Amino acid sequence: MEISFIAIPLASAFVVAMIANLDERIQDCIACLAALATLTLSLFAITVLSGAGSSGAIVYKVGGWVPPFGVSIVIDGLAAFMLVTVNLIALAALFYSTGYMKKYTDKWKFYALFLLLLAGINGVLVSGDVFNLYIFMEIAAIAAYALVAFGTTAEELEASFKYAVMGTVASCFIFLGIAFLYGYSSTLNMADMASVLASKGPSGALLLASVLFLMGFGLKAALAPFHAWLAYAHSSAPAPVSAMLSGVVIKVLGMYAIARIFFNVFGITPVISFMILTLAVLSMIVGSMLAFVQSDIKRMLAYSTVSQIGYVALGLGVGTPLAIFGALFHLFNHSLFKSLLFLNSGSIERVAGTRDMGKIAGILDKAPLTAYTGLVGALSICGVPPLGGFWSKFIIILACIQAGRPILALTAVVVSILTLAYYFKSYTPVLFGNVTTSKQIKAKSLFTMNAPMVALTVLVALAAFILIPVVGNVFMDGAVASLVRGISYTDVVFEALK
Amino acid sequence: MISYMLCLVLFSVGLYCILRKRNVIKIIIGIGIMEYAANLFFVLLGYRTHGRSPIYAIDQEIKSMVDPLTQSVVLTGIVLGLSVTLLLVAIAIRIYERYGTFDITKITKLKG
Repeated sequence: MEISFIAIPLASAFVVAMIANLDERIQDCIACLAALATLTLSLFAITVLSGAGSSGAIVYKVGGWVPPFGVSIVIDGLAAFMLVTVNLIALAALFYSTGYMKKYTDKWKFYALFLLLLAGINGVLVSGDVFNLYIFMEIAAIAAYALVAFGTTAEELEASFKYAVMGTVASCFIFLGIAFLYGYSSTLNMADMASVLASKGPSGALLLASVLFLMGFGLKAALAPFHAWLAYAHSSAPAPVSAMLSGVVIKVLGMYAIARIFFNVFGITPVISFMILTLAVLSMIVGSMLAFVQSDIKRMLAYSTVSQIGYVALGLGVGTPLAIFGALFHLFNHSLFKSLLFLNSGSIERVAGTRDMGKIAGILDKAPLTAYTGLVGALSICGVPPLGGFWSKFIIILACIQAGRPILALTAVVVSILTLAYYFKSYTPVLFGNVTTSKQIKAKSLFTMNAPMVALTVLVALAAFILIPVVGNVFMDGAVASLVRGISYTDVVFEALK
Repeated sequence: MISYMLCLVLFSVGLYCILRKRNVIKIIIGIGIMEYAANLFFVLLGYRTHGRSPIYAIDQEIKSMVDPLTQSVVLTGIVLGLSVTLLLVAIAIRIYERYGTFDITKITKLKG
């Protein structure tokens, strides 16, 4: 089961490429079924891990080699939680693209690249080996560069080139970091590395590797000084790709990798958490300021992502169990509503024929379903009470106060108000403005585009139910526990091996 | 020690090339140099003076051997670097078709 998270999307990518000449509907079916299969498997994994008698991790020895000599696949609470999020968004985006991608030629190439991206992300999540993590990260990144350039218009190529250069520089830093770590600990297995580093104690090489990792993964996560590429890449790509990039890719390649390496391998220290907090506060402020002045709807959403990823980093930086719960809950919520909003922007573009918010008005009259789903997503990201976005921000702010950091809490409140302001400023005329004659309806929205948006809207509306203990215990507790336990990660992995 | 320092110099040359050069192709070459430097550093970590390949035979006693793991890691790293370079060159060709120039300061249709 463990290896199929990588094998199913990878095999499906090859199958889709092989049947390129057959009917498009067969390719649609294969791509969606692959995502559905991995989603089912990840739900199964999370129930196994939360069940009684579970040791907290599922470990698979690739090729029968015992770690630390062989490569191992480790699914613990955090990985299972992220797998559910990733595959859920992937399924929604793939279903959406069955209709949306009709305007491009060679749809099979899109599916092959998308499934390769999914295989890469799942690989990052399940790998228990730091070099394996790097390989899958590169697979996901290369697929993402190609997907951004998919339409091959001038803007898309420019965005893709800039994204690829930044991404490769980040990968080089991460590779150097791995080199220093290997030179210091003589192992690549994360569980083994954690125990070796704990026995050796702090050193300069470790600090250097930490800084290299923070730079590399910070670039991939688009934290504030490294955020420049994000607005290009996320706003130029086709809508389902933007939804995947903004909703999932930067979180897995950036935040998940930071959380895994700094919490479970290095053990979090005050210096590292201070660095993470600085990046977090910078991203929150810079992202929301830049989002304020955008006129392109997708650029606004992209800068909003920079600001919201800051909340996740803030929660991880504060590092108390409540803050980590808030960070992971916000990560889940943000995946849902940001992918919803990006899919929504694709529908708005299709209906209105432009992405410039100054030229779009009155979507509510033309396409009510698009307008209402967009409204729910926007309300949730602004933090309007009954929706999930409110609760996750509230928990993060509460955790900051509880940890004795009122200034961070104040920043989070202010940025939350700013978020409300810029969504109010830009979304209200788009949805409710008066329709003039020049802004004619261009095309009807399709069922395949509406269905995933409605499904995501329902999930956004229901996300607050995670706070109910019965649901939360299954879904979130394992993930929070695997970060809170820190470098005892190694004990859990070796316990599961027995 | 001197070889590690030279790795750092090579890495810096690559980074300088990416940051300062205006030609798209030169930026891609810079990425290549940076990847070579990282790979060279990693493979040097496993090198031992007068080391030999870690293949055991019954009647042999091995005093010093090189680390095979770094070599396999670097082999994978080279393949990843190759695929990134290939994709970048493919994008660069398409960029030239669209913009008619390789100058990165003139490839600015995206604003903000």
